[in-house]
Amino acid sequence: MATYTGLSALWFSLIGLLWAGYFFLEGFDFGVGTLLPFVSKDDLDRRVVINTIGPVWDGNEVWLLTAGGATFAAFPLWYATVFSGFYLALFLILAALIFRGMAFEFRHKREDAKWVTWWDRAIFWGSALPALLWGVAFADFVHGVPLAANATWTGNFFDLVKPYALLGGLSTLALFTLHGATYLGLKTDGDVRVRAHKIALRLAPITFVLVAAFLAWTYQTAHTMHHEGLVPPLLPIVGLLVLAGVGWLVRDRLEGWAFIATAVVIVAFFATLFLNLYPNVLISSVSPHFDITIVASASHRYTLEVMSWVALIFTPLVLLYQSWTYWIFKKRVSRPGDASETQHSPTNV
Amino acid sequence: MALDLARWQFAIVTVFHFFFVPMTIGLAFLVAVMQTLALVRKDETWDRLSRFFGRIFLISLAVGVVTGIVLEFEFGLNWSAFSIFVGNIFGAPLAIEGLLAFFLESTFIGLWIFGRERLSPRLHLATIWLVSIGTILSAFFILAANAWMQHPVGYTVEGGQAVLTNFWAVLANSTLWASFLHTVLAALATGGALVLGISVWRVRAAPDDPERAAFRRATAFAAALVLVTVVLTAIAGDFQARLLDVQQPMKMAAAEALYNTQNGASFSLLTIGNLSGQPVFQIRVPHLLSLIADMSWNGQVVGINQMQAAEAAKYGAGNYAPVLWLTYWSFRAMVGAGILMIAVSAWGVWLWWRKQLGAGRWFRRAALAGIVLPIIANASGWIFTEAGRQPWIVYGLMQTAKGVSTVGAGDVALTTAAFVVVYTTLAVLAVVLVLRAARHPFDEIGVPPDDTDTTPATGLVY
Ligand code: HDD
Ligand code: HEM
Ligand code: HEM
Repeated sequence: MATYTGLSALWFSLIGLLWAGYFFLEGFDFGVGTLLPFVSKDDLDRRVVINTIGPVWDGNEVWLLTAGGATFAAFPLWYATVFSGFYLALFLILAALIFRGMAFEFRHKREDAKWVTWWDRAIFWGSALPALLWGVAFADFVHGVPLAANATWTGNFFDLVKPYALLGGLSTLALFTLHGATYLGLKTDGDVRVRAHKIALRLAPITFVLVAAFLAWTYQTAHTMHHEGLVPPLLPIVGLLVLAGVGWLVRDRLEGWAFIATAVVIVAFFATLFLNLYPNVLISSVSPHFDITIVASASHRYTLEVMSWVALIFTPLVLLYQSWTYWIFKKRVSRPGDASETQHSPTNV
Repeated sequence: MALDLARWQFAIVTVFHFFFVPMTIGLAFLVAVMQTLALVRKDETWDRLSRFFGRIFLISLAVGVVTGIVLEFEFGLNWSAFSIFVGNIFGAPLAIEGLLAFFLESTFIGLWIFGRERLSPRLHLATIWLVSIGTILSAFFILAANAWMQHPVGYTVEGGQAVLTNFWAVLANSTLWASFLHTVLAALATGGALVLGISVWRVRAAPDDPERAAFRRATAFAAALVLVTVVLTAIAGDFQARLLDVQQPMKMAAAEALYNTQNGASFSLLTIGNLSGQPVFQIRVPHLLSLIADMSWNGQVVGINQMQAAEAAKYGAGNYAPVLWLTYWSFRAMVGAGILMIAVSAWGVWLWWRKQLGAGRWFRRAALAGIVLPIIANASGWIFTEAGRQPWIVYGLMQTAKGVSTVGAGDVALTTAAFVVVYTTLAVLAVVLVLRAARHPFDEIGVPPDDTDTTPATGLVY
């Protein structure tokens, strides 16, 4: 197999891919959840909206678990430092994901209006909060975290919410919500679809401004701090150009392309951040001496080799059956009578 | 302070996860069996039963999933020094669990819930089997990680980190296979006990109601399953005890409150000791412990005091005994619950044999109460396993006190309290929903399996 440095870099990029995949997929789940109060007028609308992600959200969330597990296996120091460092932020994300997951499964179990409203709130906050906090966390990675010698964390929760990081959080929140809107445009019919289009049209320029400002700021700090990493300038520029085009695609009802476009932007966004980190996994805001490099935090060669074989064999299989699921559920979801191609039938599990 | 809190937090979040996990593993398998019977025999009753228990299964699964997400990050949150030390070895099974088991489970559960009308009956049946396989695979890989903490194999220690040298050794760990067998069998018994308790309760329906016949069938099925699986669980547990005698003799001695080495050691039915480690009052069954641990009448079982001296000589001064009352009583709670489960299920099988199933009020009460027995056994089994390993977090390699994160005690207290609140809410909701599902009118469930309507409809399931 490749050299050890090569192998570590391979795993660094695989973990980047897992996170990008997670945000591409769970990104639209978050977006759909955040949009829930805005695209629906009554309970039936809300059920249509939730059912667009019903069969897939759990599978999407496993991308997070696998990214976490892979980081643990390939870069134990990275896993340990980040998750103990971002202690309260991570806790908030986990709590949000708990309520959101419960909401999907429990909301329809009773017809009581109060019960349902409660879970709808859980879906909104459980989607919007992680969408924001993940952006804050990733912005912090790029900007540097308070690391002293021996990977000792010296900061607290409030060190992590600086203006730059907040901008990062708002960018991901806007981006995921836009992604959710293009997804709903693609997956629903009737009024919900129309509302999703409207929202996407309004949200697209705001998202563009936020993401452009964030990426520009990222470049600027990276430059002054000499942490430019490996980013080919083409990558963020392509991301921004595609983002600029989303509005047109939505207006021309090119729904499939609009969804692909927001997906591309998300992947380009996170690829930019990960490449910016290279050759480190964590940047210290205290001193560059305390940066944690890929090679210093990687597991030993044998572990990486074992993991590579496992990934090589099983990843294609997972991709295959996950795509198959999307294909099975390719039909639009709609209110009964709203669309010619589909009918509603109450399903009883 | 932060250490104690972190231990409390870990204990709370894992035990809570494990209230639901065995139920999920067990019910996934049972629902798959019922759905198979429905399809193979073209039997509407089995079809309805599979849907009825399928709803309960989904509630348990949902709680298992959301609490599992916490655990994936718990090692980093509270045990970062441990994570750095073991990551080379421990991370691999965890990552593989995600790739092999969680993806399988979560993708196909979506297909199972939403695909009833879109997939052919055979394909739909395949999805629940894949979910069941996913749950069992996930048990295997997480236990691989845990077994390595109990009995490290296939590694060397280099520069303050345990380094993997043989991945197959980690997967072939005798501790892993013993605990995998024991855990999965216990999970089947857990699911079975739930099906038994609920079914017996529903048998009260009027004699001419088809519901009565259906749940009688489910009762007989579940009673037989619980009987077989609990007996097998006990056999597997006995095998684990014998491994412990070699791999972690201190845990076995602590389980028995055996203070001094004995030949032909007796089994303690009740021990009251003082905190300095001397027994005050004991009732013991002669020779039984030697039989369990060594399969021989006069086999030698090492005592706590001797183990303490031996470990102190090996690892330096310190206290190497776990908290005795905890290991002692958790072991008895598990075994006691197991024995009661055997009694209840054997009673059920006997009533079935006599064709009296559903007649007796006492059996109904026993079976209903029997739902909590495996839950107690599962929790106390883990408390025994984990608390009995103390003071080690990785046996012989790293002490728990050295594995903790440098997070402030205030933060740990805050999140622990929050977890307690969130999980209590979850538990209450889950119980309420399970009770509702258990009362669901039987004649409203599902449609006949040979429904010929094949037009793919857009069902709103959620
Ligand atoms: C329905 C659940 C259930 C029942 C009836 C039993 N167990 Fe158990 N036991 C578990 C559920 C369990 C468990 C929760 O699944 C554990 C925790 C860790 C493990 O591997 O399985 C466990 C652990 C465990 C261990 C500790 C292994 C270790 O520390 O590595 C031993 C020695 C036994 N069991 C022995 C028994 C015996 C002799 C039983 C006889 C009746 C028994 N168990 C019944
Ligand atoms: C792969 C699976 C598991 C791993 C890696 C693991 C690891 C750990 C760790 C790191 C601790 C902290 C050290 C300590 O205070 O004991 C711990 C403690 C504990 N774990 Fe596990 N555990 C696993 C499974 C479980 C499960 C499934 C349960 C129960 C349902 C459980 C129950 C406990 C309990 C009760 C403690 C506290 C014991 C004590 O503090 O004395 N564990 N375990
Ligand atoms: C302490 C370490 C543990 C960790 C890190 C962990 C992690 C997880 C995670 C992340 C999930 C959610 C998967 C999803 O989203 O689909 C989950 C579910 C599950 N876990 Fe655990 N788990 C632990 C202990 C255990 C143990 C000891 C077992 C079994 C012996 C187990 C068996 C399962 C099963 C069968 C599921 C799927 C069914 C369900 O969700 O209830 N877990 N676990």
